[in-house]
Amino acid sequence: MNIINIEHIAKIYQVGSEEVHALADVSLRIDKNEYVAIMGPSGSGKSTLMNILGCLDTPSKGLYDFKGTNVSQMNDNELAKIRNREIGFVFQTFNLLARSDALHNVELPLIYAGVSSSERKERARIALNHVGLSDRIHHKPNELSGGQRQRVAIARALVTEPAIILADEPTGNLDTKTGEDIMALFNDIYELGNTIILVTHEEYIAEHAARIIRLRDGFIEKDEPVSKRYVPKKNGASKL
Amino acid sequence: MKNYLFELKEGLAISFRAIRTNKVRAILTTLGIVIGVTSVVLMSTAIKGIDNAFQTGVAGFGSENLYIDKWEWFSNNIPFWEMRNRRNLDMDDFKKFKETAKLPVAIAPTVWSSQTIKYKEKNVPLLLVQGTDNEYIRTTSLTFREGRFFNEFESSGGREVVVLGSEIANSLFPRGSAIDEIVKIKGHNFKVVGVLDKQGSWIMGNFNPDNQAFIPIQNVFKYFQAQSFRSITIIARAQNKNMVDATKEEAISIMRRDRGLKYNQENDFSINQQETLLKQIDTVVGVIQIAGLFITGLSLFVGAIGIMNIMFVSVKERTKEIGIRKAIGAKRRTILTQFISEAAIICLIGGMIGLILAVILSKIVDQFLPTSVQVDTIILAIAISIITGVISGFAPAYSAAKLDPVEALRYE
Repeated sequence: MNIINIEHIAKIYQVGSEEVHALADVSLRIDKNEYVAIMGPSGSGKSTLMNILGCLDTPSKGLYDFKGTNVSQMNDNELAKIRNREIGFVFQTFNLLARSDALHNVELPLIYAGVSSSERKERARIALNHVGLSDRIHHKPNELSGGQRQRVAIARALVTEPAIILADEPTGNLDTKTGEDIMALFNDIYELGNTIILVTHEEYIAEHAARIIRLRDGFIEKDEPVSKRYVPKKNGASKL
Repeated sequence: MKNYLFELKEGLAISFRAIRTNKVRAILTTLGIVIGVTSVVLMSTAIKGIDNAFQTGVAGFGSENLYIDKWEWFSNNIPFWEMRNRRNLDMDDFKKFKETAKLPVAIAPTVWSSQTIKYKEKNVPLLLVQGTDNEYIRTTSLTFREGRFFNEFESSGGREVVVLGSEIANSLFPRGSAIDEIVKIKGHNFKVVGVLDKQGSWIMGNFNPDNQAFIPIQNVFKYFQAQSFRSITIIARAQNKNMVDATKEEAISIMRRDRGLKYNQENDFSINQQETLLKQIDTVVGVIQIAGLFITGLSLFVGAIGIMNIMFVSVKERTKEIGIRKAIGAKRRTILTQFISEAAIICLIGGMIGLILAVILSKIVDQFLPTSVQVDTIILAIAISIITGVISGFAPAYSAAKLDPVEALRYE
């Protein structure tokens, strides 16, 4: 089943009198339960593509169809709703609220979704348990290690049961070992039937995915399945 | 709607956390609102005090009373020189009026004289001595601490008797009864027959019965001043409020006939009423009110600018947080609510503190001007502080709400 269907989208920025084509012409489809890595050097347009896929931004041209609805013409509030219900973000810098504990960070999207307090807490606990942090729910981000913070972020992304998980360089701020643990967690999530889009510039991280889309100068250079996918050992729920 | 309640709750929780995190900043910002609300509450309380003082003072005049006088009390239409050139009203006018008038239930002449009153070594300088007759008491609602008003016999006989206002009695007879004591006014002996209860407010000054003494009117002419020296005022009390206009009409026609005015001549007297006085007071108090609240409102405005300033700083500092919240689904209105509620809470806290301060300070004001902070003032103060918060928080909150999530997430 098609979740994402992008046809000939372009993103053009006006810099002074010059037009910059961050994305020139991109078309792609992503199905349910795909594990896709988007790669490319800086300036290739991968951040722009990620922002559009994540409904943080809209394309200047072209069509973006998300689960059968055209999101390319949506206004801010409609996009916020899609982000809230359908997209789980995982960022390189974790982007947790510093003053809130793990539980509240994970609860946050459910608050915006209008879920009642008791159900929110229950679902947030389940999500934290899922990423192996059930004993850290009242810790604030500065009381957690980098890996643990990223697990909180992943729990926050999972808690709304979104259609896609969008991870932007999720291991970028982690050491290799911790990064590998996080990738193992993503693999678990993928195997549970979730759809994951991974944005990275590291070849060995991209090889965890089942399909790699390579961008260059605002075009898709290559879009092909990974022949020898790297499947990490199952240790996602283990302690970091 | 349910969503919005959750968002509001979350917004309030964030606000409290943000305020706790930046305590010093919040305290300094709040100070502006504290001062603003304190001054607004104190000012409106003081104004209420002034108004009360006027109202209780004027109430002594009685709304059924007509004061037939040479002078129009609060005139904007009749030139001063024209009133000055009017013939005085004298006792003959009073007698004719009393014989002819049918509608009033009580009619009394009054004339005043400024005199010093002495008892042994004590004295009260330059008080208002009112000369009148026994019917005067029926034109007022005055009550007695001890004794009585002078009676018809003492009045018509011009006996040397005096009724003292409470303040004067307090000064001359700090302890013990004043009844039957002999006081001296301009060297003449007067026997005290009555002392009034405390009546009015200090704001009426010498017009407050507390600071007056009453003697039969003949004695004023006999001992203090000639009849021609000062015009008398005739007080005519209508039967009730509905009869005031009819009584006034009758009074005008009697007075015109008495003074021999032709149909084309203007009245050479004026009929004053409490109502005109009240209107005048309302105008004065209204002007004080507007001026006072405008000035104190300025301090609140300065406080509001402080809040707005700090909220802009807060939005700038939390750009990243706003980006995160937007990325995971916060709508514009969510962010708007969050920052407006933060500003409103700061203002509300400031308002509460200001209110407490104002209540304490009003105890001091109360020493000079009997007053107290009213419930409506409290509600007003709370409403004003919340509204100030919402207004001053709106612009920063709006700038936060319309941040681009991509830009905001990139902000470090």
